[in-house]
Amino acid sequence: MLILALSGSLRRGSHNTALLRAAGELLPPGDELVLWEGLAEIPAYDQDDDVEPAPYAVAALRRAVADADAVLFATPEYNSSVPGALKNALDWASRPLATNAFRGKPVAVIGASAGMFGAVWAQAELRKVLAAMGARVAEVELAVGHAAEKIVGGEVVDEDVRRQLADALSALRAEVVPELVAA
Amino acid sequence: MSTVIAQHETGIPAGAWNADPVHSSVGFAVKYLGVATFSGELTDFEASLVDGRLEGTARVASIEVKDENLKAHLQAPDFFDAERHPEVRFAGTAVAPGRFEGEITIKGVTRPAALEGTVTGPITDPYGNERYGLSLQTVVDRTAFGLNWNAPLPGGGFALADDVTLKAELSVVKAA
Repeated sequence: MLILALSGSLRRGSHNTALLRAAGELLPPGDELVLWEGLAEIPAYDQDDDVEPAPYAVAALRRAVADADAVLFATPEYNSSVPGALKNALDWASRPLATNAFRGKPVAVIGASAGMFGAVWAQAELRKVLAAMGARVAEVELAVGHAAEKIVGGEVVDEDVRRQLADALSALRAEVVPELVAA
Repeated sequence: MSTVIAQHETGIPAGAWNADPVHSSVGFAVKYLGVATFSGELTDFEASLVDGRLEGTARVASIEVKDENLKAHLQAPDFFDAERHPEVRFAGTAVAPGRFEGEITIKGVTRPAALEGTVTGPITDPYGNERYGLSLQTVVDRTAFGLNWNAPLPGGGFALADDVTLKAELSVVKAA
């Protein structure tokens, strides 16, 4: 199983990107997590440019989503919502809406923030956007508050967070292979 | 034990009958933005009646609405989740004139439902078929079947009502 990981943060020392890397280490043998690192290259959405061929970075994102079995998002929260760069990337990926790469794609949303709430509002908005695009949004809740204490030097040092991360991955993998739900 | 209800009590002719797909329709209607009723059809379906037992199945992929993007959204997990639940179904038995009691299945959830309406005929149509008509409907709470999408309106309330009217206009022909 191939899981594409999308971080909503561009920051080098991002807690959210670290969460995704940690998720990759928790996957069972045979499953692979690929971190998508093209967010900064996506231009601002402009319908005038939304033609074939799509801008290179946009085409790469659409292809990466299409090739993945599932997509795991980790997002910070900016002004109570989804970071603009991530929302912009999804606006590109969602086109054309009726046939976009996220349609029917199992996805899960997690998040971390320096404050106490763990980006819960951004996560809720991201789930809403993904559902509107036609994605299959897994029932996953993981809000890592006070992230600086739980993710140190890019490593998830909090055992509780690691356990919740493993649970989140199980829920997402179960959406790809529904038979896993019974297991 | 089974209960046999005489034909004259339910108005449903005995024997086996099948819906004529061209002259029958199955659809839904739901209040949108609180002011008007939006409706759509499921064009690919079959329905049959055997001695007062009505069974019908419709394909979610055949939902027709007037916007391509809305059509795609209705197929998605937000609404019908066609990939996992490609069909909707009703199966029930005539218990009174124009009333069928049974179960409806949408998005993998099965709940009791009663279809109500009118029975017209039978007649012998111009092509020599025995035919009668059923005009039936029921109201379901879509959220009971996991169709939970909604959007809050700026002035309060929500865009889409929970109660949805399901309609079947069936022209049924006696099986040869």
